[in-house]
Amino acid sequence: MSLRPDLAAIAEAIAPASRVLDIGCGDGALLANLRDAKQVDARGMEIDGACVERCVAQGLSVVQGDANRDLADYPDKGFDYTVLSQTLQTATRPDEMLDQLLRVGRQAFVSFPNFAHWRTRSALMFGGKMPVTRAIPVSWYETPNIHHVTVKDFRELAREKGAKIEREWFFSGGTPVTAGTNWRAEFAVFQLSR
Amino acid sequence: MAGASKTLQLPNPLPLDGGGSLADAVIAYETYGELDEDRSNAILLCHALTGDQYVASPHPVTGKPGWWERMVGPGKPIDTARYHVICANVIGSCMGSSGPASVASDGKPYAMRFPVITIRDMVRGLVALLDELEIETLHAVVGGSMGGMQALSLAANWPERAARVLVIASTSRHSAQNIAFHELGRQAVMADPNWRQGDYYDAADQPDAGLAVARMAAHITYLSEEALTEKFGRNLQDREAKSFGFDADFQVESYLRYQGSGFTQRFDANSYLYITRAMDYFDLAEEHGGKLADAFAGTAARFCLVSFDSDWLYPTSESRHVVRALNAAGAAVSFVELSAPHGHDSFLLDVPALDRVVKGFIQ
Repeated sequence: MSLRPDLAAIAEAIAPASRVLDIGCGDGALLANLRDAKQVDARGMEIDGACVERCVAQGLSVVQGDANRDLADYPDKGFDYTVLSQTLQTATRPDEMLDQLLRVGRQAFVSFPNFAHWRTRSALMFGGKMPVTRAIPVSWYETPNIHHVTVKDFRELAREKGAKIEREWFFSGGTPVTAGTNWRAEFAVFQLSR
Repeated sequence: MAGASKTLQLPNPLPLDGGGSLADAVIAYETYGELDEDRSNAILLCHALTGDQYVASPHPVTGKPGWWERMVGPGKPIDTARYHVICANVIGSCMGSSGPASVASDGKPYAMRFPVITIRDMVRGLVALLDELEIETLHAVVGGSMGGMQALSLAANWPERAARVLVIASTSRHSAQNIAFHELGRQAVMADPNWRQGDYYDAADQPDAGLAVARMAAHITYLSEEALTEKFGRNLQDREAKSFGFDADFQVESYLRYQGSGFTQRFDANSYLYITRAMDYFDLAEEHGGKLADAFAGTAARFCLVSFDSDWLYPTSESRHVVRALNAAGAAVSFVELSAPHGHDSFLLDVPALDRVVKGFIQ
């Protein structure tokens, strides 16, 4: 099974036999990949019970929990990497969550849909409505995305938090984007340390 | 009351948390499936308060199927074609392992002279059994309710003995409410004049009425309000109208009376006192200096905790409490709250999601 582009980038960057905590791990696709391909000690946290059940049924170590609250239970630097894929924008306090990611992990991967992508901008500019695009497919009243964020916003947050950006990846659909990223990237992935 | 189980007399006195030791302790147990050559495929199943070793074979007294046949057997989630499953009667109980009904050295039943035991004492007995069976490391230890307490106790006190620890609908400590319900049950037994301070074994009349009330009260805690309403509502039992008397007018009354009287056929009243006491004394953090995470420091075992959303006896918050401690200890832990309508007893009933979790975790 092939991974989503942001997860594939993260999987490729993770060192073999390391310890990884995937927060909001969904059905465990990244965890299973890391465990099987890189002998990673892969753990997960997921709020949806049905997803957790599917993870545990695959033999993955996944805890049903709310990252807004339960990340605080993990010890400092207990993991080589923490991963937060497509979840930052759903956090109650993304800034505090970034702190937790960098406290629990030596390095953190964060991926999110870029709200400044040209499709989103034009939907708002010319449609005059909250954008519903292929990256942000759910209407404003039922979306879990309560803190939309752009590539530029995230760089600023990282700087304010004293986090160093080690690597970054940008995608439009499945294709890498290298220039004009805050306009052209549908999704961004950052690798951070502090 | 012993059935056709295998029994093992422990070669050494069993040390007890309350001080002293239990000499000549006997453990009765059942096994299912073959032990492989390197003795690495054993799964220890720990039973609940009134459970026993007949996990997947008929009960010798009641003739009913084993208490977890839906989970244990060839091709079942705990597959006896792959695993060697061991289930032993805990000490203090009454299905062949040493308990208050056992005969002491003076030729009379121990009755209340049997020492007060703890969950850790029960597990010490199980570990002694594993020693005798020459099983160094279990593939998994699995338990629901009180069985889950034993699994946690084994993981905390003998961390090298199990590679996987599966704890279902359980807790790391008895709450005030848990203790309160148990005290109600014990007082019901002890208020029965036939209890005779525990010396009833030779008497014509047994403390069945008290034990039945204890079981009725406990049974309510095993079910959710939704399950009771669904099953019985306010339906009347075999009658058109209320009797304006104190017969079992309502179906739920009749059901509880049936549960209570059926229980006295298979369980010893003194055992009920001892085992509920052991559960009330259970506080895994207290045993480890007050911090639950310290109970699991350095563990290499993988853990899985499962709770049920309708279980108000050992609610999800208790499982989360254990999960937090395991996370703080850096242990590999899974946790899921499953949705099931039946209350605490969900772990014994038809919950397909539980089958998938159990199968996935132990493989």
